[in-house]
Amino acid sequence: MSNIEIEVNVDEYLSLNKYEVDEENAHIEVDLEGSDAEFDKLIRVCPAALYKRDEDGNKSFDYAGCLECGTCRIACGDTIIKKWVYPGPTMGVEYRFG
Amino acid sequence: MADFEPDFDAIVVGAGLAGSVAAYELAKAGKSVLVVERGNFAGAKNMTGGRIYAHSLHSVFPDMDFSELPFERKVSHERISLMAPDSNFTIDFTSEDLTKDGQESYTILRAVFDPWLAEQAENEGAEIICGIPVEDLLKDEDGSVTGTAGKIYGVRAGEDEMTASVVILADGVNSLLTEKAVGYKRPEAKFMAVGVKEVYELSEQRINDLFQVADGEGAAWLFAGDVTHGLFGGGIIYTNKDSISIGIVAGIEAIANGATRPVYQMLEDLKAHPAVAPVLKDAKMVEHSGHMVPEGGINMMPELTGDGVIVAGDAAMMCVNLGYTVRGMDYAVAAGQYAGQAAVEALDAGDTSKSGLAGYVNRLNNSFVLKDLNQFKLVPGFMEGFDRMFCGYPEMIRDMMNKMFVIDGTPVQPMKKTMMPIVKEVGFMNLFKDVRGAMKAL
Repeated sequence: MSNIEIEVNVDEYLSLNKYEVDEENAHIEVDLEGSDAEFDKLIRVCPAALYKRDEDGNKSFDYAGCLECGTCRIACGDTIIKKWVYPGPTMGVEYRFG
Repeated sequence: MADFEPDFDAIVVGAGLAGSVAAYELAKAGKSVLVVERGNFAGAKNMTGGRIYAHSLHSVFPDMDFSELPFERKVSHERISLMAPDSNFTIDFTSEDLTKDGQESYTILRAVFDPWLAEQAENEGAEIICGIPVEDLLKDEDGSVTGTAGKIYGVRAGEDEMTASVVILADGVNSLLTEKAVGYKRPEAKFMAVGVKEVYELSEQRINDLFQVADGEGAAWLFAGDVTHGLFGGGIIYTNKDSISIGIVAGIEAIANGATRPVYQMLEDLKAHPAVAPVLKDAKMVEHSGHMVPEGGINMMPELTGDGVIVAGDAAMMCVNLGYTVRGMDYAVAAGQYAGQAAVEALDAGDTSKSGLAGYVNRLNNSFVLKDLNQFKLVPGFMEGFDRMFCGYPEMIRDMMNKMFVIDGTPVQPMKKTMMPIVKEVGFMNLFKDVRGAMKAL
């Protein structure tokens, strides 16, 4: 287990954003069986805190709150990110301020 | 190009600053131009810190009354802070020169500003379709379509294909299309930063009072030091009309490999710092956003043109971070203008090959865009090794200020005697090295 310190709950913040979630299609796919060290990178860099690890070390990822910044693709695109495309037509985040 | 009859003279991918300005220039010159934007409106997918230096907009819209534009505030105060966990040292600079026409800058919100810019292109006759992500570029593999092998001649979105004599890629920092267009490989993490930002609603009057600014004026506030807990990066606050933007920008490689606290936790810590918390008191968060920033400078730029294609703005990684100011949007506007003008020239000459589009690169070379990026080519490397800015100097300044301002009744020592041990903590040689490095890079 890594020693990443997280006190804030970003999910609450994401709930303020406007999204049209494409329930049928995940635009990002992650290999949850892959390297823990690579996954930890994603925990640290994803501004939406979509990469999570619970107390038992179980990894999870939910594309629904994605901000479409591409940081995960840059941080470890070749290792555990299996797919990275933009959401389909009219889908994804819609900034009201930006 | 024997029988090739394209649907449009030009297709622009992305209705951001570079894309909309390029489309405006093309449409104004009477060319048929289509803009394909993946957001439901121009700006829906965009985010900035952020402020725009207006000189490049003046150049595109020389007769425009800028008081009519949807800017947030004109920046009249520059603030720079060096933050330690338990202290903060701020310089606040204001000057009439900061707000004079042609050299002024404005805070903007992209979901507000970009629709206005796109409308200017539409008013000139550009067609804009929104909510459509371009998934692929059409490339003439063997020359059977356009007569030129390898030429880009259109875009594909879902089942739909649309063709053009020239394609302008202005699809942003995370362009998935530049590889096909000009062979640009995915940038390395060490050249890229991640930004996380929150917008808080705050009344106009309270912002005026907090930042000591007049109506319509505002502040740009940058933080260095402990904001990123010793790692490469910094913090920002920009005053908008009736909200403020607060954020963190941090090097992706540094954070990915070394951060004990994730980037969004760093923002939470900045908000809780005693120098910042009072600003956010009673303010209501309305948006949490993320974006990447290309910080590698000219060393990480892609080829700017190919046969039938031009790359502009963030897609071309046109950005510099100097620590005391971050620029990108004025480069994007200028690049859009040059891209549009060069495309018009190439269309008129009937040659949209790479050499036909050379006017774009020539214009950039002769302008502030590539001159600046060349001038600052050592900065990214210098910043990367400038660890003492993030841990070392903030504490040094704190201790020096404490020596000056904390009075507890013990007899005062000569300044030289109290300051020297503090500077020695960092080391004279290190100080000398950093100043020299900064002078060389900046």
